[in-house]
Amino acid sequence: MSETITRKLMLYFPKCECEKPIIYHLVKDYDLIVNIFRAKVTPEEEGYLVLDVTGTEEQIQASIDFVKTFNVTVNFSGKGVTRDNDRCTHCGYCVPYCPTDALIITNGATREVIYNEDECIECLACVRVCPFGACTAAF
Amino acid sequence: MKTYEQINGRIESGKAVVLTADEIMDYVDKKGLTAAAEEVDVVTTATFGTMCSSGCFLNFGHSKPKIRMSEAWIADVLVYTGIAAVDVYLGATQLRHGDPANMYPPGEFRYGGGHVIEDLVAGKKLQLFALSYVTDCYPLREIRTYFSIEDLNQATMVNPRNCYQNYNVAINCSDETIYTYMGQLEANQKNVNYSSAGQLSPLLNDPYYETIGVGTRVWLAGAHGHVYSEGTQHASGCERTPGGVPTGGAGTLAMTADMKQMRKEFVRGVSLRGYGVSLALGIGVPIPILNEDILKRTCVRDRDILAPVIDYGNDYPQNTGKTVCQVNYEQLRSGEIEIKGKKVQVGSMSSYYKALEIANLLADEIRRGDFYLTRPIAAMPKDSGMKPLLKREQE
Ligand code: SF4
Ligand code: SF4
Repeated sequence: MSETITRKLMLYFPKCECEKPIIYHLVKDYDLIVNIFRAKVTPEEEGYLVLDVTGTEEQIQASIDFVKTFNVTVNFSGKGVTRDNDRCTHCGYCVPYCPTDALIITNGATREVIYNEDECIECLACVRVCPFGACTAAF
Repeated sequence: MKTYEQINGRIESGKAVVLTADEIMDYVDKKGLTAAAEEVDVVTTATFGTMCSSGCFLNFGHSKPKIRMSEAWIADVLVYTGIAAVDVYLGATQLRHGDPANMYPPGEFRYGGGHVIEDLVAGKKLQLFALSYVTDCYPLREIRTYFSIEDLNQATMVNPRNCYQNYNVAINCSDETIYTYMGQLEANQKNVNYSSAGQLSPLLNDPYYETIGVGTRVWLAGAHGHVYSEGTQHASGCERTPGGVPTGGAGTLAMTADMKQMRKEFVRGVSLRGYGVSLALGIGVPIPILNEDILKRTCVRDRDILAPVIDYGNDYPQNTGKTVCQVNYEQLRSGEIEIKGKKVQVGSMSSYYKALEIANLLADEIRRGDFYLTRPIAAMPKDSGMKPLLKREQE
């Protein structure tokens, strides 16, 4: 049995695919553990979904192949929330608002604010509070 | 003892010893004060943060036919036209025309004066719309055109108040979330925000204004500018620690520089939810090490600098003058402080990271001989206070 891993994915569903129970199949047919961070259906009926999937490399790969047959775009870096490094001033204002340690100061001497995308649970607090507009949400 | 001339001579010959205010303490601990004062020529200080009392004078030159602008907007942001025909002043906190402000609180304040200044420095093309009441010498009634900073005759930043010596730490003791210029403050003392570069900050390294005065050459967002006066609300006659460090706001600097020489990374529009727009600036100030006392005062550490914790839920807006307690910057930078036995999370409005970058950039410019030091032409007021605004019923 191969090792289980966790991958963060962002899925984009075009208009016609929104009503299909794709996530149900990921759990039932591919035996994946699914953790949804954030989902949205726009007024144009397009769908966005950011989630973690846990399973073996093979299971995840097979599930992605399955998802792609529905015309769904899969973004592996799971970038629902991005921080523009040129716009970030490393002020640290967002740090107490980040519920995980996705935005964190690890080096007390330089006080650089690191963004660990993998830790982000897409709460959007930083998007709301950053005075410099450095953090943005894809949807 | 050294003179400005000797220090500039060493800069010219490429031999100047320059350290940042972040490095100097360990250096002095190692070498001893006397030896270090002989050796070190300059200590660079810096800060990067929101400075609302900032803005710029712009001169557009004359159109054909000419206009005397009596109302004008740049990128829909109102500018002040109560000066000569095609001169305007653009202020950092001016909202964009039609911004709903706090109509549906908290307002977002996405774009305003500070952002226009950022866009100008970044070289972007912006719209100018101006109206006139028309005179015989200025017949044009209105103009709508597009320009960038290169098209202007002058773009001079003139900031009445920058570089607060020290600053409040904001907390909210009320039971509702509040939105202030010190950021969002959660109810019941859940978080505090501070805004100072602490041990790197210019006036905390020269607490008695012995080297920083009117005429001091400064690094303003990459341009070489100067201090033109003490800043507004300069209140130097305040309480101080035995080391001379003020325990509250205290001194401020008014400064100016050519915006065409500025770097866009250090001129940044700010949107404060529920409060408004502003401008964040990066400023570097060199301190000439003329004697041991001056060097000693640049060795100030975050733990030696106390800041007052003020309740922005009541005491600040009501101007009661009360303080919750005092904390030092070392405690603040740990990310958590204790207030009345309760752990409180700390956020920062200013960037130490950028301040450090600026202190190093300025140090490099001095080492390369691209930046020289100036003796002030006048000292800053040493014992000034701050008057309140009185509500009088009659003249
Ligand atoms: S609040 Fe914005 S600018 Fe400040 S550290 Fe966070 S992301 Fe960077
Ligand atoms: S979205 Fe939330 S979890 Fe992600 S980085 Fe921003 S504050 Fe942290």
